[in-house]
Amino acid sequence: MENIEQRVKKIVAEQLGVPETDVKNESSFVNDLGADSLDTVELVMALEEEFECEIPDEDAEKITTVQQAIDYVSANLGK
Amino acid sequence: MSLEGKVALVTGASRGIGQAIVLDLLAQGATVIGTATSATGADAISGYIAAAGGKGRGLALEVTADGACEAIIDAIEKEFGAIHILVNNAGITRDNLLMRLKDEDWDAIMDTNLKPVYKLSKAVIRGMMKARWGRIINIASVVGATGNAGQTNYAAAKAALFGFTKSLAKEIGSRGITVNAVAPGFIDTDMTRGLADEHKAKLLENITLGRLGEPREIADAVGFLASDRASYVTGQTLHVNGGMYMN
Repeated sequence: MENIEQRVKKIVAEQLGVPETDVKNESSFVNDLGADSLDTVELVMALEEEFECEIPDEDAEKITTVQQAIDYVSANLGK
Repeated sequence: MSLEGKVALVTGASRGIGQAIVLDLLAQGATVIGTATSATGADAISGYIAAAGGKGRGLALEVTADGACEAIIDAIEKEFGAIHILVNNAGITRDNLLMRLKDEDWDAIMDTNLKPVYKLSKAVIRGMMKARWGRIINIASVVGATGNAGQTNYAAAKAALFGFTKSLAKEIGSRGITVNAVAPGFIDTDMTRGLADEHKAKLLENITLGRLGEPREIADAVGFLASDRASYVTGQTLHVNGGMYMN
C-alpha cells in the first residue's frame, strides 16, 4: 500500500498531465504545475474519490500546493 | 441511434415542448428522465416513455423546493449513472405590466425559470467533466432577445440564460462539454393557448412563416444540439421562431 504522499503525488501528476518527478511537495498547482482554476477543481474531485472523502469548498480553496493536499488528506482521512 | 447509452434529464417534461424533447431524445436511443411538478405528472411521463418503447421514466421535481435539484441529480445518478445531457426546459409565466407586477410574480419567475438552471447545471457538471462529454441545453425564448410588453420578468429571466449559456460554455468547453440555448418563438402549447385571440392574430402578422411553431420543431433543434452532429457548436443560441426574429 502506497502512503498518502505517494498517492497524492500520483493523482496530481495524472490530473495535471505532468511527470511525477516534477511534482514536489512545495509545488504550487497553478504557479509550478501549470494548472488553471478548472484543473484545481478537478484535482480536488480526484482527491475526493481516491480518499473517499468530501472536501468542502471552503477547504478546497485553501489547497493550492502538493504539501497542502497531503496535509489535508492526512488530517481528515478516516474521520 | 447516436445517443445510445447516454442518460438525459429534461425538466418540465409533462407536456408541450418538454414532452417533444423527451420523445426526440428517446428516438435517438438515450435513456431519458423527465420531470414534472407532481407525482401524477411524473407517472404520466413514465407512461408516455413506456408507450414510446423507450428507456427512462418520470420523476417529480418541484424546482423551487430547497435542495430538490441536488437531490434529484443524486437519485438519477444512483439509478441510471451519470447524466450526459441536461435540458433545462421547465418554465412558467406570470405576465403583467411592470407597474402592476407583484414581487411574488417577479420572484416566482426567477426562482422557477432561472435559479434551477444554475442549480441543475452545477449538479450535473461533475459527472460530465469525468466523462469528458456533456451537453447542457437551456430553453430560452425569443422574448429574451426581442422583449415583450407585459413580460419584463419572463424576458429578463430568459435573457439571463443567454449570458449564463455563454459563460458556462467558456468555463467547461475544454472538458468536452457544450452549453447552448434554444430560443423558441411562439409555439402551439398550453402556455401560448392562454393568449387572447386578438393578441395571437397580431403576433402572427410578425411571423415570417405565418403560423405558430410545433413543439416538435423545437425538439428537433434540441435533439441536434444534444447529438454528436453538434459537437463543434457551443455558447450559441439557436433561434427557432419561424422568422419572427432574425439576429
